[in-house]
Amino acid sequence: MSELKFSEEHEWILVEGDIGTVGITEFAQEQLGDVVFVEVPEEGKELEKGGEAAVVESVKAASEVYAICDGEVTEGNEALADEPSLVNSDPMGKGWFYKAKISDPSQLDDLMDAAAYKAFVEGL
Amino acid sequence: MSDALKKTPLYDLHVELGAKMVPFAGYSMPVQYPAGIMTEHKHTRAAAAIFDVSHMGIVRLMGENAIPALESLLPADLENLADNSIRYSFFTNESGGILDDLMITKIPGGLSLVINAACKDADVAHIKAKIGDQVEVEVEYDNALIALQGPKAAEVLARFAPACLDMKFMTFQQLEIDGVSCQVSRSGYTGEDGYEIAIPAAKAEQLVRRLLEESEVEVTGLGARDSLRMEAGLCLYGNDIDTTTTPIEAGLLWAIQKRRRNEGGFPGADVILKQIADGAPRRLVGILPEGRAPLRPGVEIANEQGEVVGSVTSGGFGPSVGGPIAIAYVATASKEPGTVLNALVRGKELPCKVVKMPFEQKSYYRG
Repeated sequence: MSELKFSEEHEWILVEGDIGTVGITEFAQEQLGDVVFVEVPEEGKELEKGGEAAVVESVKAASEVYAICDGEVTEGNEALADEPSLVNSDPMGKGWFYKAKISDPSQLDDLMDAAAYKAFVEGL
Repeated sequence: MSDALKKTPLYDLHVELGAKMVPFAGYSMPVQYPAGIMTEHKHTRAAAAIFDVSHMGIVRLMGENAIPALESLLPADLENLADNSIRYSFFTNESGGILDDLMITKIPGGLSLVINAACKDADVAHIKAKIGDQVEVEVEYDNALIALQGPKAAEVLARFAPACLDMKFMTFQQLEIDGVSCQVSRSGYTGEDGYEIAIPAAKAEQLVRRLLEESEVEVTGLGARDSLRMEAGLCLYGNDIDTTTTPIEAGLLWAIQKRRRNEGGFPGADVILKQIADGAPRRLVGILPEGRAPLRPGVEIANEQGEVVGSVTSGGFGPSVGGPIAIAYVATASKEPGTVLNALVRGKELPCKVVKMPFEQKSYYRG
């Protein structure tokens, strides 16, 4: 049983059991343009909802990616170190940023499902 | 307040071509088109690219006193500038800092200046206040200014104006392009061969559309313009040079010709000539990070002993270099190419080294 949810900050989280895989959306990668560097959190890092989780840099600028919920990082996507453009080419797949053990699943209740996120983006 | 932003004569075309428009120096300008900065940058190095630089200002100083008058505001030797030749220079202040950098062309009856968008009102006020009684100041904000840059620029423009092939880099000519009289400079800000074309605003869109029909030409935004100039090691006013940096610190001694070094007679000459003789406390250098993380403006640079010796003024990703590049001021002791330094980014020390600029070799047409 897995569930895909979206934040207003254009992140997605795929929840499988108590593990969430987090990345940025198609809309976010389009806004960023060519991604040239991603700094993902290391295994064991404690994330706090709204705190800094990762950094994504395009040719033009650096942007912070904020933690979508509290949790402990179980894996950062090492493939992004060599191939940051995966964020552009496959943001919802190979371009994931990190996996974390979700400590408070209730924090996910306010997130949007795919239909609500689509409507949210169209309203921007 | 996006309503208050000014538009260039090419604004509608940018929107039609799908540009992402951003505020820049009071104008709504295209930062990139759907192709993206990386593609636009590489295309400029491979073929030919069009940039809208109409936000920049053109000012003419007319009259027989134009040369001595302008020489009193900046350290270029204009007496020895040939007709229809172009020289890079900068207005200095009394403390040796830089008020703006500019291109100066010797035209019949005077001088034509191209000045930065963000500085143009202040520059014109400065010129009028200091030498307004010696020259006639003609402000030309209604022309569009288009840059055609890249190794194929000459071949493309020659289809419309064959005489452009004979122009050497940093020279000027009045040319008819597709039936329109234009002021053409062989110059640019990308490290590539190319032209900068001043054209009446009403004719600009037609010419750009016509040039875009040529298979080599793509439209390109300010994002790629910035990465191209960084790779070429060219200063950006407001980032790498400003009122607190001297030309000597910025490595611009080459733009102060011998006569002016001997005679002085420009604002801040005491400070600048002393730095020429004794050296400057810091220098603008190229920085090549070892890793993949870009170094952005403001990032501090430390030496191997951990002392902060400077900071980044321009930095990002160089698409042709294929990795991050940066320009930084460092203390003179750390300026030699090969010096190993650390950039302090998000609490980490990222190793980098000082390198010679340009990062990418320039290829200008010298005739």
